[in-house]
Amino acid sequence: MESTTEQPRNISGSMQSPRSPSSQPYLSVSVTDPVKLGNGVQAYISYRVITKTNLPDYQGPEKIVIRRYSDFVWLRDRLFEKYKGIFIPPLPEKSAVEKFRFSAEFIEMRRAALDIFVNRIALHPELQHSEDLRTFLQADEETMDRFRFQETGIFKKPADLMQMFRDVQSKVSDAVLGKEKPVEETTADYEKLKHYIFELENHLAEAQKHAYRLVKRHRELGQSLLDFGKAVKLLGACEGEPTGKAFSDLGTKSELLSIKLQKEAQQVLMNFEEPLKDYVRYVQSIKATIAERGTAFKQHCELAETTKLKEINLDKLMLTRSDKVGEAEIEYREIKAESEEATRRFERIVKRMEEEIVRFQEQKTEEMGVAFHQFAKGQARLANSVADAWRSLLPKLEASSTV
Amino acid sequence: MMGSENDEESHLHSSKEDMEKLFLREDGDPLTKSNVNGDKSNSNYRSAMSTLFDSRHPSIVVTPADSDPLFAPPSYYSESRSPRSKPNGGDRVSSYLEPPSYADVIFSPFDDISEINGSEDGHSQSSDSLSRSPSSLSSDYIKITVSNPQKEQEATNSMIPGGSTYITYQITTRTNLSDYGGSEFSVRRRFRDIVTLADRLAESYRGFCIPPRPDKSVVESQVMQKQEFVEQRRVALEKYLRRLVAHPVIRNSDELKVFLQAQGKLPLATSTDVASRMLDGAVKLPKQLFGEGGGASSVEVVQPGRGGRDFLRMFKELRQSVSNDWGGSKPPVVEEDKEFLEKKEKMYDLEQQIINASQQAESLVKAQQDMGETMGELGLAFIKLTKFENEEAVFNSQRARANDMKNLATSAVKASRFYRELNSQTVKHLDTLHDYLGLMMAVQGAFADRSSALLTVQTLLSELSSLEARAEKLEVASSKVFGGDKSRIKKIEELKETIKVTEDSKNVAIREYEQIKENNWSEVERLDRERRADFLNMMKGFVANQVGYAEKIANVWTKVAEETRQYDRESS
Repeated sequence: MESTTEQPRNISGSMQSPRSPSSQPYLSVSVTDPVKLGNGVQAYISYRVITKTNLPDYQGPEKIVIRRYSDFVWLRDRLFEKYKGIFIPPLPEKSAVEKFRFSAEFIEMRRAALDIFVNRIALHPELQHSEDLRTFLQADEETMDRFRFQETGIFKKPADLMQMFRDVQSKVSDAVLGKEKPVEETTADYEKLKHYIFELENHLAEAQKHAYRLVKRHRELGQSLLDFGKAVKLLGACEGEPTGKAFSDLGTKSELLSIKLQKEAQQVLMNFEEPLKDYVRYVQSIKATIAERGTAFKQHCELAETTKLKEINLDKLMLTRSDKVGEAEIEYREIKAESEEATRRFERIVKRMEEEIVRFQEQKTEEMGVAFHQFAKGQARLANSVADAWRSLLPKLEASSTV
Repeated sequence: MMGSENDEESHLHSSKEDMEKLFLREDGDPLTKSNVNGDKSNSNYRSAMSTLFDSRHPSIVVTPADSDPLFAPPSYYSESRSPRSKPNGGDRVSSYLEPPSYADVIFSPFDDISEINGSEDGHSQSSDSLSRSPSSLSSDYIKITVSNPQKEQEATNSMIPGGSTYITYQITTRTNLSDYGGSEFSVRRRFRDIVTLADRLAESYRGFCIPPRPDKSVVESQVMQKQEFVEQRRVALEKYLRRLVAHPVIRNSDELKVFLQAQGKLPLATSTDVASRMLDGAVKLPKQLFGEGGGASSVEVVQPGRGGRDFLRMFKELRQSVSNDWGGSKPPVVEEDKEFLEKKEKMYDLEQQIINASQQAESLVKAQQDMGETMGELGLAFIKLTKFENEEAVFNSQRARANDMKNLATSAVKASRFYRELNSQTVKHLDTLHDYLGLMMAVQGAFADRSSALLTVQTLLSELSSLEARAEKLEVASSKVFGGDKSRIKKIEELKETIKVTEDSKNVAIREYEQIKENNWSEVERLDRERRADFLNMMKGFVANQVGYAEKIANVWTKVAEETRQYDRESS
């Protein structure tokens, strides 16, 4: 049932094509075929998500499901909850405004971004084993809808809710423990990392802003060349030969180049500006992870404190041979277990982040390299077409003026 | 918003420059190295180029390029050649077809040094004058410079403190024409003198396409800074005077010679003296009304009545042109020459299209400007990112990325410079369109001269016919009186005198009209020829410029594509 319109990328593990002997485990996903459904405010886009795999947990070798943007959001939120410390790949913005316009370019860019999103997850050594991923890739639409509604429904995102809850929790325990200042990690390396991430976001945002403007400039230049070409042709119609013909040729070339500029504008948007935006989103995702780590650290600290207090209390009670010892001991053990759990959670985050940072840097170098390369090629191609187009006029112009 | 952008820019300029030096010198930037392809520039040319930046088209804001330290004019122009400084057109032809690319030459066809003379074969243009079509190879030249504006006080008000002041400009002429006394001389003139010159020329050269003079623009002088306004006016005056001397007929005019050479007060009849001239006319009025004396002389007659000399005729012509005929007089100006009407309409169309093209040219220039600016800002943002990554690098992947960014940033900055250079050249080329707008006005003026001359003829014709009718009536009436009607006979004689004078005037007017028609025709011919040649040159310059810079920009990006070759993921 080879019905795919796109060649799915084989990413996980081996570089062999899906058709090779499936001794190597592989998981290959693609997001394709965007289709606009519904009307007006309710309109949305659905995508075909095609999974090709030989992994045992999956209904192999191929499964196709229909998903919409909010399903992707569900997946990301679930992963964010469950895999703290991992930089969850970012999603393109919801963009309520663009939705109404639903231009072909917007749809394509979104599709590409979603494709990258899922593939990054499928490529990630830990995330690729996620149950939620399996649900996302395999569940039928009804089931998916149910899952999604449970989580997102009319309420806020679970992540938001949890965060609110934790904030309240931490404020309470602050008061209980008589602490005013927030508890934060102060290791030099981590401080450096945090500073780096926050600064990086600023720099990237600026670069992305200019990249976006550059796209606009291409479009504007294209438009002005078009208008210029038309005007010049009209002027040529007023003049006798050879000037008239020369103007006409000039105008035609101008109009031709206008089209090339519009095309390049789109390329710059897709291959240069979008990766930069993605970079910014990634950094924001890291910031969310940093926040998670902060929360986990606080919990770990507070529970450790509380455990200590309980221990001291228990010792006191034991000394006074109070009959409350039993109760206190149970409480102490419970708290201790919680504290150890919190510490484990925190340390797992720390470990994950260490690995993630390395991956992130390498990934970004690769992705940016590709983006730069494509941008440079595009600009060179454009400039060469411009040169060729104008150059072709010169012999004629030369001939005309020596007449 | 402009303010903050400027602040940003100025703040960034110093660090920009440092970063520039840091990144560009390392790469052996060909832009800062001296040119490899034969430096044919001369220091004159370079200084000329920098003065040309001052006299740029005022409506185009090129300030960032001007004040941008990245722009560093001198080093760029060391690479350029000025094929157009050679008087021989043959050289220019070869420069266009020269292999392998135009990237070696930044085309700069405007040489401020090139003289406005007959030996120019139309390829040379300065930003302030139009090129001339191929003509004879005489070596006479005349070059005008306007400079050194100074404030002066009205002499008559010197008794009164705080009397009105005005600006005078120094007008320097360099020439080898024999008509002029010397080879270089200067006078000081104020704007009012220009108006006088323009008015006198308009009177003396009816039917010619006289370049229009700069506006009086009272409003602007209120709005703009004084300095800016004075500078703009200086530029406009220079342009105007250069156009005048470029005109094959007007350059020989006495009025112009006097203007350029006579020291002290301008010895031309001023235009502001309308009141007294009206008075002169009014004095003559009674004589005209009662048919006494010659009234206006024949010469004065051929000037349009509007000049104020012939009050009565002015009134008549005004009535006619309003075409509200109330019986008796002939219909207003009827131009029956179909060819002329067609030409007039064609000229109108042409003007509209030139206006349109000129506007679109301005948009194009703006778009190119913006592209260059944004490209530069992008490069700068990446330079900052590069620095940042290098400073904070923990992993090698970061350093690699920083390096890639550096390559991109460097190229973006270079490309940005190229866009801006391209643009300043484009401005000069496409300015030809703007120049011709001025000339179209001159054509209108020439056609208007013709119409008003025709109106004069027709007015005189109708006057003549009504005088003759009156004379006839009197004769008939007088013949009926037996023995002669002394008073009537006297009147008839006086009338016959007037008729004779009017007849003479009519003939003079007709001659004048014919002359103007001829002037029109030859001027329009000349203009058409020159315009076509100028437009072709404009196109050539524009296109060659685009080619040259596109090649340079392509090279810059090809380099980056090479440097990031390892990231090529396309299977093709």
